[in-house]
Amino acid sequence: MAEASYPGDLKYHAEHDWARIDGDEATFGITWYAQDALGEVVFFEAPAVGTTVSKDEAYTEVESVKAVSDVIAPLSGEIVAVNEELAATPETINEDPYGAGWLVKVQLSDPSEVESLMDASAYEASLE
Amino acid sequence: MTPPPAETLRRTPLHPAHVAAGAKLTPFAGWEMPIQYTGIREEHLSVRRHVGVFDVSHMGEIETRGPDALALLQQLVSNDVRKIPVGGAQYSVLCNESGGVLDDLFTYRLGECEFLTVTNASNHERDLAWFRAHAEGYDADVLDRRDDFAMLAVQGPEARPLAQRLCDGPLPPRFHCTERILAGAPALVCGTGYTGEDGVELLLAPADAPPVWDALLAAGAQPAGLGARDTLRLEACFHLYGNDLSEDRDPIGAGLGWCCKETTGFIGSAAVAAAREAGPSEKLIPFVIEWPGIARQGNAVVGGGVVTSGSFSPCLERGVGMAYVSAERTEPGTRFEIDVRGTMREATVARKPLYQRKDT
Repeated sequence: MAEASYPGDLKYHAEHDWARIDGDEATFGITWYAQDALGEVVFFEAPAVGTTVSKDEAYTEVESVKAVSDVIAPLSGEIVAVNEELAATPETINEDPYGAGWLVKVQLSDPSEVESLMDASAYEASLE
Repeated sequence: MTPPPAETLRRTPLHPAHVAAGAKLTPFAGWEMPIQYTGIREEHLSVRRHVGVFDVSHMGEIETRGPDALALLQQLVSNDVRKIPVGGAQYSVLCNESGGVLDDLFTYRLGECEFLTVTNASNHERDLAWFRAHAEGYDADVLDRRDDFAMLAVQGPEARPLAQRLCDGPLPPRFHCTERILAGAPALVCGTGYTGEDGVELLLAPADAPPVWDALLAAGAQPAGLGARDTLRLEACFHLYGNDLSEDRDPIGAGLGWCCKETTGFIGSAAVAAAREAGPSEKLIPFVIEWPGIARQGNAVVGGGVVTSGSFSPCLERGVGMAYVSAERTEPGTRFEIDVRGTMREATVARKPLYQRKDT
């Protein structure tokens, strides 16, 4: 995805992560800004299903040629699914960060945490 | 990690060209340099398959000239400077008295009594002070030429044909240098590089760098950043100062004994000779990781040792690197583990270079 984009149906964390909320479950990924800053992703090893994640803490890593980068959990909960496709095609995180490049699905332990996340316009403004 | 404000960083004459080309700029050794343009992998593969051009104007230059220039350099650098013909080039290391590596250098012999030594940006000022501190008693001048030159590296299998089309005379052979007019500008054209590919490096007046850069791009060279330069030199198993070389390591353990001629009596030669005689306790080896995983600089080798350079290799499509390991584990094929942020990754000692270009 060559042009910056921040879909309006997602919630955003200041560490450049997004969450798509679906009841008490959420899908996590990294934003267009994050993948652009990182460069081409060459390695992503998904965390194990069942792993507990805590809001504002690193739960996995993405690696470009040059560097490894922590991925911060926008919300707390337990990982119930991971994107297995990314092991073979990690560049999907660059090509489709909000779609096929999702990282994990999480059963939320405290859905009220969603209130602390930014909407697309607030996140975009934070990048200025 | 917040980078220092851009206004405190030095910029090369090509800074506007990098911005125009959409480069990602990053602080590097006090300079604001392009890390990538279109992407490290794409730029890397362009250099391996076709031709890329790097702005390496951050590198420094020291000129040593005068009747005793050769004798002074012979005292400073590890290689035998007498072996450089006029118009020749030579790689060496600069050592302190205890044999620790202060820098790695290319020296060009411009005349009988005139030499130009290219330094790493991060070491330039220290090297210059070192040269000057040891110049007393020699009839030679040590001149800081950093601000007098921009430097471009044109690298890849198509680099020489491309540069030749822009040049007013034959290009110098490998490890030689010649003054030429290239794309309308006077240039010291050098048959050197640091990518494992054939090519040339151009030393130019700073004002001439932008038009020469534009001419190289118009002729088909892909702009390539420091990111690709790092992965290319790593695949070629070329050392990077600050990663694979430091004051705490001697050139023997680093695998650079071939450019140390202790009989010349250079500063540190006694320590280097002793290290060669005793054999190093740790040696620098190239490695590949059995996928998955990418080791990075600073990761510990299980059982002793450390990764000094680690990256994803665009040509091998896996994690590769160089690590210091104990001397009994350096045989190619030897397996060992690397602690990559808590995950043990299995690595195998490889042969140099990690990537071998096809025509050699």
